[in-house]
Amino acid sequence: MSERSDVTLTINGKAHAIRVEPRRTLVDAIREDCGQTGTHIGCEHGVCGACTVLVDGAPVRSCLMFAVQADGKQIRTVEGLASGDELNALQRAFMDHHGLQCGFCTPGFLMLITGVLEREPDISDEELLDVLSSNLCRCTGYQNIVKAARAVAGELRQRRTA
Amino acid sequence: MSAPTKGSGLAWVGRSLRRVEDPALLTGRGRFTADLPAAHRVRFVRSAIAAGRIEKVDIPAGATVLTAADLAAVKPITPALHKFGYVPIAQPVLASGFVRFVGEPIAAVVAATEAEAEDIADGVAVDISELPPVIDGRAALADGAPQVHGQAARNIVVEGKIETPGFAAARDSAAQLVAVDIRSRRQNATPLEARAGHAVFDPISGRVTLTCATQMPHLLRTGIADLIGMPESELRVIAPDVGGGFGQKMSLVPEYVVLVWLARKLKSSVAWTEDRRENLMASFHSRDQYIRLQGGFDAEAKLVALSAEVTANVGAYSCYPTTCAVEPLMAMAELPGPYDLRAYSCLARGVLTNTCPMAPYRGVSRPVITTALERLMDAAAMQFGLEPVEIRRRNLIAKFPYTSATGLVYDEASYRQTLDMASDALDVPAFRQRQRQARAERRYLGIGFATFSERTGYGTPAFAARGMGITPGWETVELTMDPSGYLELRIGASPHGQGLRTTLAQLVADELGVCPERIKVVHGDTDRTPYGWGTFASRSLVIAGGASVLAARKVHAKLKKIASRLLEAAADDIVLENGAARVAGTDRAIPIEDLARAAYHQFHLFRGEFDPGLSESATYDPPGTFSNACHAGIVEVDADTGRVTIERFVVAEDAGRLVNPMIVDGQVLGGVAQGIGNALLEEIVYDDSGNMLTATLADFLPPTCREIPPIELLHLETFSDATITKSKGLGEGGAIGAPAAILNAINDALTPFGVSINEIPATPQRIRAALRRARKQ
Repeated sequence: MSERSDVTLTINGKAHAIRVEPRRTLVDAIREDCGQTGTHIGCEHGVCGACTVLVDGAPVRSCLMFAVQADGKQIRTVEGLASGDELNALQRAFMDHHGLQCGFCTPGFLMLITGVLEREPDISDEELLDVLSSNLCRCTGYQNIVKAARAVAGELRQRRTA
Repeated sequence: MSAPTKGSGLAWVGRSLRRVEDPALLTGRGRFTADLPAAHRVRFVRSAIAAGRIEKVDIPAGATVLTAADLAAVKPITPALHKFGYVPIAQPVLASGFVRFVGEPIAAVVAATEAEAEDIADGVAVDISELPPVIDGRAALADGAPQVHGQAARNIVVEGKIETPGFAAARDSAAQLVAVDIRSRRQNATPLEARAGHAVFDPISGRVTLTCATQMPHLLRTGIADLIGMPESELRVIAPDVGGGFGQKMSLVPEYVVLVWLARKLKSSVAWTEDRRENLMASFHSRDQYIRLQGGFDAEAKLVALSAEVTANVGAYSCYPTTCAVEPLMAMAELPGPYDLRAYSCLARGVLTNTCPMAPYRGVSRPVITTALERLMDAAAMQFGLEPVEIRRRNLIAKFPYTSATGLVYDEASYRQTLDMASDALDVPAFRQRQRQARAERRYLGIGFATFSERTGYGTPAFAARGMGITPGWETVELTMDPSGYLELRIGASPHGQGLRTTLAQLVADELGVCPERIKVVHGDTDRTPYGWGTFASRSLVIAGGASVLAARKVHAKLKKIASRLLEAAADDIVLENGAARVAGTDRAIPIEDLARAAYHQFHLFRGEFDPGLSESATYDPPGTFSNACHAGIVEVDADTGRVTIERFVVAEDAGRLVNPMIVDGQVLGGVAQGIGNALLEEIVYDDSGNMLTATLADFLPPTCREIPPIELLHLETFSDATITKSKGLGEGGAIGAPAAILNAINDALTPFGVSINEIPATPQRIRAALRRARKQ
């Protein structure tokens, strides 16, 4: 349709040189041009948060950002959380607290929580609940997602005060 | 890892094992339909008009666009029902001649990318002569209302009637008559993954593989093959990871038929990923009902007669396989709920309108009928000056088995016990005191209860009773122990978040005395699994689980025979435990993998006794069982803003034996959250001309974690003889009880104002409107 631009998306440390239309959303570019399908699309209008990724450390709705806007930025997605087959603490907490059922919203929640805890490791349980209300889950009723997030936040707080 | 159920004698059932499903889903390695690459992308052009005649479809030059004319050889979706005056209405795969709801697919654009397909779709001009639409269910019944389908007079597509003998006399004998008029607004199940399909043609075999977000792969194969007129063997349906379903993905959809047709036509791969607007507008809706109840109570507040009129707005077409009769007929059969009632009369209608078709959604009619019946109970309690708990205690079924007024047999359950557990947890007397104090400060607290039965795990007799042209119900599984001693369990059920790969392995592990890690559960692929009905209606753990146990018992018997030969002991003296066969009371044992090896590789030893190998299949088709629960909540209603805050919410539930308590809790919590959305937030809204006004998730409002309070769960385990595993289904209960409990709590809170809110969702606007009306009077 319109002219394509050269864009480099650095996803989980790996550079992907792609050519995209200006209207290409970041999430479409991540999934289709870079083949990283762990990030999901739930609504394409910024409400559900299934497509949440970290862009330069900040949680972003990748359906509301254009790929060209992420040119040269550091993007992190769910594929970057584990070390090989070794789940990280947040992923383990989701498993231990049964924070997922169908798993479709899970990557978005994991990236949202990851970004927030990196920025605000001292976040209170109440503030964390506010942050978690950014994303939608239809299966779990949230309780176990909240438990998992609070467990990891609690460990972080403990480690910092220890 | 928690301990197994106390005294169960089972090693794995009863433990909260972590789910084997999780690692892939947590690392971005889940495989969802939209993850697959395709040569062609499809975009559907949908009707923007609720009712009209299609005059012309103008296609941009050079574009590949299908319309009804291209699919002339494809039959329309026409599910059958042989009872209750059902009118077999047909849905063309692409609208043919007429459009009947906003969102109905008219044309399919094929292009290399989604963006191109959308651009072309924007250029497809559809000329429609508008006809007067009918949107509301009661309006559709009125004289002179527009007819959605010519053959369904007064728009009635199905009509069930029941009146027990002596009903009128029982009603006339009542000391008090109490009536409620309930309105349940329309909902969309809203799985986070909308629909998605991917069809690819294989030039070598000539077969098509359809991968899609479905809850019932085998039936989808049958449905699509029937419509297109192809042998089922030429179609493989795969349900990969599916991002929630809740019933919305258990019906045949026209879009998938188009994809299979296109893959065959183009001899290539085609994919369609539904966007959220399409999902809200044109995937299925549910729960759009009016229910009018009149209860006759004797002097002791015992319900002696109940009459009901159910009007279910089923939309423009009928879903396959259940048909659009599923809501009204389930309402009719199950309205008496958990109460001892002999005299019952019901008129239940499915009514066609120019709206998106209705299909099952978690709980089907029961969230609505439970809301109606529980409002009736609270209204009666008020009339008799009783506590809500007391009127329920007087009316709940207490002797089992119990045959209901509609002929359903309730197995052993714990209605009164769960009511007591929930009311004790909320400490009703202390609450009443707090409520009085709060009212003095112009703060309005309320308490609400909902007791209900949840019919689960039912086989073909239940579906046959409805007269369905297709009667689902049984499940078959195939269990194979391979020569290495590892097992594969292939099931026709099709889980999509319920964790069956974990729980079925727990069941089989206990039967065979092995670790669950040895058992791989395979599902969601018609080439790899036996024909089955998929996952819906709180059935899979009960029915596929029961079949798994039966198959495991067959493998168990064979392993014992082999062990008896190899250990030179009587088969009856052999026990299977800890991965070995042992002669009971001795240390003579043989590892299970040696038995497996022998079954395949030393068959000469057993020739003439049984067949080689260790593959067994089993089928289970149970009559059904009733789970039960009491939901109870405390809310605060802000009388100035109409805002409802849920302070506490308790679920006391009994689903028999809990195979994996962690997963059980997850099912209940998720259901309750959907029920809270139903009670307070979620509503599909049409304007009078049939335009849908709630086309985004900023308009249709599933709850966030901010709207869901911590939910307190209490369990009882009444072991039912109605199921092999002693487990009952529980996938839907959370969604069934919550709306009623919350609506009752809101009404209790507003008692000082003398208002009744009998509509869900009970939005701030509705609550404010009711308070304003009350003040004017």
